[in-house]
Amino acid sequence: MLAEGPNFTGGARENALAMHLVGGAGLHLIFPAGEREVRRALTTSVAVLRGMGIGQDAVEFAEIVLAEVLNNVVEHAFADQGRGLVEIEVRHDTDILHVTVRDDGVPMPGDSLPRPKPHDLNVEPGNLPEGGFGWSIIRDLVQDLTYQRDGTRNEITFGLNLAELEDSQ
Amino acid sequence: MELSVRNVGDTRFIRVEESRIDAAIAIQFKDRMRDLVSDAPGRVVLDLAQVGFIDSSGLGAIVAAMKQVDAPKSFELAGLTRSVQKVFALTRMDRVFTIHSDATTIEDGLADAG
Repeated sequence: MLAEGPNFTGGARENALAMHLVGGAGLHLIFPAGEREVRRALTTSVAVLRGMGIGQDAVEFAEIVLAEVLNNVVEHAFADQGRGLVEIEVRHDTDILHVTVRDDGVPMPGDSLPRPKPHDLNVEPGNLPEGGFGWSIIRDLVQDLTYQRDGTRNEITFGLNLAELEDSQ
Repeated sequence: MELSVRNVGDTRFIRVEESRIDAAIAIQFKDRMRDLVSDAPGRVVLDLAQVGFIDSSGLGAIVAAMKQVDAPKSFELAGLTRSVQKVFALTRMDRVFTIHSDATTIEDGLADAG
């Protein structure tokens, strides 16, 4: 595990450093898989996205999506092993944020992303769903969602259309 | 996990004194809410004005709290910030809950009626 560390990040620490030096063209974070760490990563991401000049509504939608993706990684990819690394990379390309999330946890079941059915909310209050919202939130907000298993890593990529997200309030 | 509680008449106001209800505190929040809702006098108003962000586990915990309240008691929400409103709208839970713009207006109404 330790020996694989540098390969996993693929020189990401150096790249992340370089990006900060050239002035906020992107975001690159690597952190241990954990709920508190996700919270910290989101707070950092929001600050960086604001620094890119992205509007408030789009930043809020981006945080909602990132939270669901990262929580899913922590809950499922690392469900039976307490430790692992998660990496987020965000590139800002005019109106699109290109997001890549990698982790070295277990593969997605069936090597594909879940496709949740829409919830039926026309039920007695006692039967309302308390979970399973994550993937429908993600699929509602992102474009070009992909998943691949690359050796020992999961990689999810998607785009966030900033202009659409700003207008969708 | 900070929650503050005020009873006005038969209405219990529960204000979440946290900036986030996320996966890191959702279980704790759900447990605290279970206690506060179960012995509520009649109506529960959950004041989310201090909460700048919830994720789906936070939303699930709020739904769980609502499900513990049986008629004629009620469970209502107040003070949703913009980001929190987005999560309710995305999941269409905004159609399930009674949502007030802020808790103070409700409390003032109760004071006037009394």
